Amino acid sequence: MALLSFERKYRVRGGTLLGGDLFDFWVGPFYVGFFGVTTAISALLGTLLIFYAASLGPSWNPWLISIAPPDIAYGLGLAPLREGGFWQVITICAIVAFVSWALREVEICNKLGMGYHVPFAYGFAIFAYVSLVVVRPWLLGAWGFGFPYGIFSHLDWVSNTGYQYLHFHYNPAHMLAVSFFFTTGGALAFHGALVLSAVNPAEGEPVKSPEYEDAFFRDTIGYSIGTLGIHRLGLFLALSAGFWSAICIIISGPLWTRGWPEWWTWWLNLPIWS
Amino acid sequence: MARYQNMFTQVQLRGPLEAGPRLPPGSFPRVGTGTYNYWMGKLGAAQIGPIYLGRLGLASLICAFLSFEIIGLNMAASVNWDPVQFARQLPWLALEPPGPQWGFKLLMPLAEGGWWQMAGFFMSASLILWFVRTYLRARALGMGTHVAWAFAAGILLILTLGFIRPMLMGSWAEAVPFGIFPHLDWTAAFSIRYGNLFYNPFHCLSIAFLYGSTMLFAMHGATVLAIGRYGGEREIEQITDRGTAFERGALFWRWTMGFNATAESIHRWAWWFAVLTPLTGAIGILLTGTVVDNWYLWAVLHGYAPGYPDTGVVDPALLPGGVR
Repeated sequence: MALLSFERKYRVRGGTLLGGDLFDFWVGPFYVGFFGVTTAISALLGTLLIFYAASLGPSWNPWLISIAPPDIAYGLGLAPLREGGFWQVITICAIVAFVSWALREVEICNKLGMGYHVPFAYGFAIFAYVSLVVVRPWLLGAWGFGFPYGIFSHLDWVSNTGYQYLHFHYNPAHMLAVSFFFTTGGALAFHGALVLSAVNPAEGEPVKSPEYEDAFFRDTIGYSIGTLGIHRLGLFLALSAGFWSAICIIISGPLWTRGWPEWWTWWLNLPIWS
Repeated sequence: MARYQNMFTQVQLRGPLEAGPRLPPGSFPRVGTGTYNYWMGKLGAAQIGPIYLGRLGLASLICAFLSFEIIGLNMAASVNWDPVQFARQLPWLALEPPGPQWGFKLLMPLAEGGWWQMAGFFMSASLILWFVRTYLRARALGMGTHVAWAFAAGILLILTLGFIRPMLMGSWAEAVPFGIFPHLDWTAAFSIRYGNLFYNPFHCLSIAFLYGSTMLFAMHGATVLAIGRYGGEREIEQITDRGTAFERGALFWRWTMGFNATAESIHRWAWWFAVLTPLTGAIGILLTGTVVDNWYLWAVLHGYAPGYPDTGVVDPALLPGGVR
């Protein structure tokens, strides 16, 4: 059963960016479109390559499968498939799939008469991924600086890359990113909770209106940002988390090669202290 | 394809300030009547205030102030009360918990960690009083208590880090110091001491829920803004009587990924993702050192640590008589 009861009237033609009416149809609940086709091809190819590269590896244990980028010695050139070439092709597939997915979202926005906020937001996630596997390796001069595709191997990469800069928590952009992640989590908890508390009130009470939501937050902290504002704030906090995450890794190496704790000496040496 | 994109509020209304629904008998009056702020109105509601202070709010603020002052004055004392050095070294200054030689002694001499205990006590008291306050404010308005319980999840993580785990380990020295860089140092040292926290499955879960929460808020916030022209921000109305705004929002995700939430269920997804972040985190902290001493070796034992080409360097933790 693919259609929701109200769905038929929304399934209209048009709004495509490319391909006209050619791929303007649905498969089950999924909208296809030109970019659905490119998403499907690149995602399928990438996934199959991951499986094939995994089959050449030592283990089928899903925690241990890892597809490593090329050795640093290959620089920014192409590597043989079994020596990082798979990683390179999979990376290209991933980027094509992610960008296609974002453009397909734009087409769906057009069909539904919606703003472009979701594909815009998704763009930040793509930016963070591209920062890790393209921008920073490119600035450092070797694809080998990308992270390996594996569940625990990518955590090892994070760990090792962090300790190369002695103590990554001292990276100021990392500080901002973590703060935004935590703030987003808190804000999401409060927003979800507030809406649920209004529509699931105390026993015997009627469902509450937004005036009550506002009153609750004004009573507790003196300000309620309101029903529209909380979604602007949430989107801003979430995108800031992704943005500063990307920045914190781009500057590690290309901009600063020593330990991050040392970076803070500029503060200790400010002329205002003497 | 130029079209309206909901980014900031273009027209702000000004009328009588909202006073809020009447509070039940026995409540204190709200403080102030509120005021308008033009720039706040660009992003969200323009009205700031009024606020309900009450006994619990006052007690909580006093406890928070005491904790803040204890920490600040101890830091000032550590630089010989020199205001310039206090400002200069502030990010590095710390109020440390008692040393390991003291174990879990209940009442420490002040200079040996007693101040840390007192600051922690008042901080915890402040948070718990605030939790009760959010519970009672919701009840005074006849609302559910979901905010209070979400806040409680965060408090549980803080208590686990600063009290429950040190108690189980029998040492205050296991607790987190107060201070900007010092608490980051603690985090890094903790991870290294217990064999890399990335191999702690509950740390994995906590991170997944943290990133998941961020993704959910980006998805949800963006969806609601994108359907703003249909009144998407009137979520309670969309929950009780679904309209075209959330029909479009739901279909967007259905057509994109084959699955959609509803106006109410997206807030349940949100609540659980956000609440499970500190809950799974607290479980991970609680198990570290008490049940599992080295997460990497534990991962090797359970077959999920990747093997790498041998470097010839021996892990000291693996040697006989090594720190276990």
